[in-house]
Amino acid sequence: MIEQIGAWRRRRVLTGMAAGTAVLAAPALLRAAPSGKPVKVGGTLSLTGFLAQTAGIHRIAAEIMVEEINSRNGFLGRPVEYVLLDDQSKPEMARSLYEKLITVDKVDLIQGPYATAPILAAMGVAQRYGKVMIQSSMGIPKLQTYDRAFPATPFGPEPDKTYPNVILDAMASIPTPPKTIVVLTSKFPSAQFMAKGMQKEAEARGVKVMLYLEYESGNHDFGAIAARVKEANPDFLWVGSLGLESNLLLEALRKLDYAPKNHFHLYPAPGPLALSPDGDRALCSTFLEPDEPFMSRPGMKRYAAEFKERATKANLPYTTIDAQACGMISEWQMLEAAVNGAVSLDDAKIATWLKTHKVDTVLGHLRFDGPYNHGDASQMIKQVQHKEWKVVWPKEFAAPGVKLIAS
Amino acid sequence: MPSATLLGQALISGVLAGGMYGLLAMGLSLSWGLLRLVNLSHFALAFLAAYIVYELGTTWHVAPWWSAALVVPAMFGIGAAQHWLFDRFRVNELASLLITFSVAVILEAGIQLYWTADFRRYETPYSTLSIKAGPFFIPVLELALCLVAGTLAWGTWLWLRRTFVGKALRASAEDADIAAAYGVNHKQLAYLLSGIGAAYAGIAGTFIALIATLAPAEIWTWLGVVFAVVIIGRLGNPLGALLAGMLIGASQSVAMAIFSPAWAPVVSFSILIVVLLWDPEWL
Repeated sequence: MIEQIGAWRRRRVLTGMAAGTAVLAAPALLRAAPSGKPVKVGGTLSLTGFLAQTAGIHRIAAEIMVEEINSRNGFLGRPVEYVLLDDQSKPEMARSLYEKLITVDKVDLIQGPYATAPILAAMGVAQRYGKVMIQSSMGIPKLQTYDRAFPATPFGPEPDKTYPNVILDAMASIPTPPKTIVVLTSKFPSAQFMAKGMQKEAEARGVKVMLYLEYESGNHDFGAIAARVKEANPDFLWVGSLGLESNLLLEALRKLDYAPKNHFHLYPAPGPLALSPDGDRALCSTFLEPDEPFMSRPGMKRYAAEFKERATKANLPYTTIDAQACGMISEWQMLEAAVNGAVSLDDAKIATWLKTHKVDTVLGHLRFDGPYNHGDASQMIKQVQHKEWKVVWPKEFAAPGVKLIAS
Repeated sequence: MPSATLLGQALISGVLAGGMYGLLAMGLSLSWGLLRLVNLSHFALAFLAAYIVYELGTTWHVAPWWSAALVVPAMFGIGAAQHWLFDRFRVNELASLLITFSVAVILEAGIQLYWTADFRRYETPYSTLSIKAGPFFIPVLELALCLVAGTLAWGTWLWLRRTFVGKALRASAEDADIAAAYGVNHKQLAYLLSGIGAAYAGIAGTFIALIATLAPAEIWTWLGVVFAVVIIGRLGNPLGALLAGMLIGASQSVAMAIFSPAWAPVVSFSILIVVLLWDPEWL
């Protein structure tokens, strides 16, 4: 009797172990690892040159996505291989390298490079060979005239009209809405494009534009510009800056013992501005920050943790996932969805699928049936609060308890 | 029309910014004028020094002046070693342009490999300190830079004109064979001068770390304007380089205050063209 009970118990334990093992192994068995000839996806990033700050971020995001896609089913059961080349931040180099990727490396698919000028250069090549090109950083959507080029970031078709109004709406919500504005911008094309829009929309809403100033991209001497801003003393300072230009401007203003009342910065380096002693309450454009409600989007927590780990290992000074990295994640999510949806690697079929479907990405539900293949605009405003970026506008995207702080 | 305060402030900012142009131009001017070597790696050496000062300051909390005490002699050594290579391979003026450009590209890649391509900013308590003089504000770091640049320019100018070594260097630049006939050992002096030029890059780099933003591609930021400064200030003339730097800095800044800031680069190159066409004797 005792032996029977013992045998019965052993059988139950063994059966349980076998069942447990089967349950654990089932997902792996059901989704067979991709096999066969790899699907080559080619692209360039500005790994060197003046845009190289962003390439480290994009490369990490792309690596995370390629590994994740391969851990699922790859593309149509085949493993994905990312062929990444360095365009040195030069459009002419991007053009040559995309030509090489398509004709010499014989890649199956391509992903777009970073920044408007290299994207435009690569787009010409993509168009010549009929390749689908998904990009995440073209700041001037109306230039995306190729019908197989798709945006992975929700700029909307006319960000020069829509986004200034998001900013002006936010400013109108503060206790003392600004009556005067200074628009200061780099001559970098996408920044200049937005600055013109800001000037126009501010005037249309009765906000007096006291100064509209353009400076050379990469300018280091902000002394005289700061003196002009101080003399104008606007209620709101809008800066079409890139990289560390905003830090330099704010420092130059502090050297003149002046702090702007409310200030917005278009494309600054996020880490240095958040951590700068002058960065408190600075406003900036974004599509997402690692906070609620964005962290509840599928996969977002995993991407954020993975990005932090890899960025720390790569010695990046700012290891928090942000809209830049998520732009690249969104590119790969789109490509994966389109390949699976079209059940094909054929560019024509992929393009048709994208135009007729919505894709769930970390940047929201994207659609591509509007002008220049753009869908709805979803640009937001973030603000430095206690050395961290927080989405503050539109209100429904602000984390619980976070709100726009005016000067 | 801008106010007098705005113009005055712009002038102060411009002259002080010109100090950086002058300081960067000095080493280049000496090397080009007296050694007949156009050393484009000068900019990369300045940024290498800046990155080392940044690293020592942010990781090891070494005060910038102590970092400078380490970096400047090291740069002197690098400059002398670089000249050994130029001498060993008989590099001429044109070849030096290409070779030092390649060296700069390699240094840029090396900097990116170690410090990544990201922007780096060395925040110090004196980054935004200013002295108030009436309605004007004078940034302390830029003022210190100008004082250092002024001292170096005067010291080097006097050294070149009043000492035997300086006169020998100038004589060699005029005619190396005749100078050698008078017992001038040009080769030895060239090592010294090359080291000094690189040491000046080290000093400039220390201030770049404190004032500017660091990114590997920024190496090329000042190339155009500093070349204009070297030519306007006359080759081999450190005082001329500093004054030309201040002239260009002030002109750019006043242009920024009156017209669009985007016109600033046009100003420096317009001055260069005017000076080259006019070629005044007093210069």
